[in-house]
Amino acid sequence: MSSFRLPRRRFLALGAASLGATMLGGCDPSDSPEIVSVLDSAEGLTYRAQRLLGGRHSLAREFSAADISPVFKVNGTHTPEGDEYAAMVENNFADWRLRVDGLVARPLELSLADLHALPQRTQITRHDCVEGWSAIGKWQGVPLSVVLARAGLLPAARFAVLHCADWYEHALDGTGKYYESIDLIDAFHPQTILAHSLNDAPLTVGHGAPLRLRVERQLGYKQAKYVMRVELVDSFENIGRGKGGFWPDRGYEWYAGI
Amino acid sequence: MRAIRTMMDIKVADLAPTRLKRVVYRHALVTRITHWINLVCVVVLLMSGLQIFNAHPALYWGQCGADADKPAFEIGSEESSDGKLTGFVKIGSATLNTTGVLGVSANPNGAIVERGFPRYVTLPAFRDLSLGRRWHFFFAWLFVANLFVYYVGGLASGHLRRDLLPTPAQLRPKAILKDFVDHLRLKFPHGEEARHYNPLQKFAYIGVIGVLLPTMILTGLTMSPGMDAILPWLVTLFQGRQSARTIHFIAANLIVLFIFVHVAMVLLAGPINELRSMITGKFTIYPEPGHE
Repeated sequence: MSSFRLPRRRFLALGAASLGATMLGGCDPSDSPEIVSVLDSAEGLTYRAQRLLGGRHSLAREFSAADISPVFKVNGTHTPEGDEYAAMVENNFADWRLRVDGLVARPLELSLADLHALPQRTQITRHDCVEGWSAIGKWQGVPLSVVLARAGLLPAARFAVLHCADWYEHALDGTGKYYESIDLIDAFHPQTILAHSLNDAPLTVGHGAPLRLRVERQLGYKQAKYVMRVELVDSFENIGRGKGGFWPDRGYEWYAGI
Repeated sequence: MRAIRTMMDIKVADLAPTRLKRVVYRHALVTRITHWINLVCVVVLLMSGLQIFNAHPALYWGQCGADADKPAFEIGSEESSDGKLTGFVKIGSATLNTTGVLGVSANPNGAIVERGFPRYVTLPAFRDLSLGRRWHFFFAWLFVANLFVYYVGGLASGHLRRDLLPTPAQLRPKAILKDFVDHLRLKFPHGEEARHYNPLQKFAYIGVIGVLLPTMILTGLTMSPGMDAILPWLVTLFQGRQSARTIHFIAANLIVLFIFVHVAMVLLAGPINELRSMITGKFTIYPEPGHE
């Protein structure tokens, strides 16, 4: 008879933990820290599974010009606030420089002209927002691998952090400036580019002028706009709230391949 | 358990034609455990899925789709000049007023707000896409692992072939029609017939276990940009990520439909007996009525 009790107990235990939890509308424990930390463990599983199956080389689908969305939705920041950014727009980003620093052998400062002089990549890819919508656009830019090769990574470097010009929120803890980070597998992926153009035109302010990241095997919130600086780090613990990105700091997965 | 069943079978055969009620061992341990884990997973996945859907409550067909594109299905809201909110559902060119349920409903704190599905069917009840995703993906892994155990167990034990595959006799149009009529008359099998699933029951179970659940997994994977790079044929199979999202939604609705019918049938066929068989495995067969 003991074998009959097991499923009943397991059912009751599981039911109490999750099913019951969802039904008690009044005292909804769906966001209790203990439960959320268990739920969060799925992210590591997803990351390892996708890295194991896709590794370094699987490519996001590239589309034809006919597939390009008539309107590419602007999401997130529409216009970064502040005089500093406005001044950059005013003089067409002539004085804008991309800093590449952190755990690199040779820190760089690159102008838009410098970036245009580097090897270019053009790709027509699908942008998938975490909200559920998709849009197809033609991106042109410099492979991040080209920039990182120039800077030369130090052996301790593990992540590339993209620091942005826009504040998406002014939180009480002083955070809220947009940033994102990716591992070196994605940083050196051939489709990971620092894009300066969308659909054969320089990026508009809404789409992240003058430079944004494209990391095509992940969701939209990883595609940081208004990139000012690429910092190579061994840990993002001391940046923002320590989760590796504006949205990861606010509960979203750092690995957004799903 | 197999030995016990054999003994019961012999005893029963000796008494044939039986007028006694008897107890048979109906559901294997693997079937019972995976059934209940699956129930938990499906409920959490449905509710967290609606939370995720609420972040962009519109469905499209093809590779892409966003605000500027025409949706095939949409839950939305409109505000009149006096600030009154109206919820609506648009399917193709038809529009339905759904204020109070879809498009516009009360938040957990009582405020009337714009939201796709109402608070009592989303997980969490309040609006939180990131938390909805955490619930969804954790239980998606559990759901896939559980289904895998069920498939392997069902193939190894012969359960899928023996119990779910319709027999040639059951596939005859006459047998299907008879079963259909029996269902309409709410006539449930007794005696020896009750030991096997009837044709419509088998179609329903195969449809869910063999078609709907795998479709949920595959269309779910197609929405992952990482998986699309790993298995590009997924996008081709479903004709695009947005089509996959639409199919994911339709298949989820069909699962809900199945659950309603399934629970109704359990209630009509004898809820104590049916529930017990899915908990302890034991199922009581009642004799044919009306035979003197």
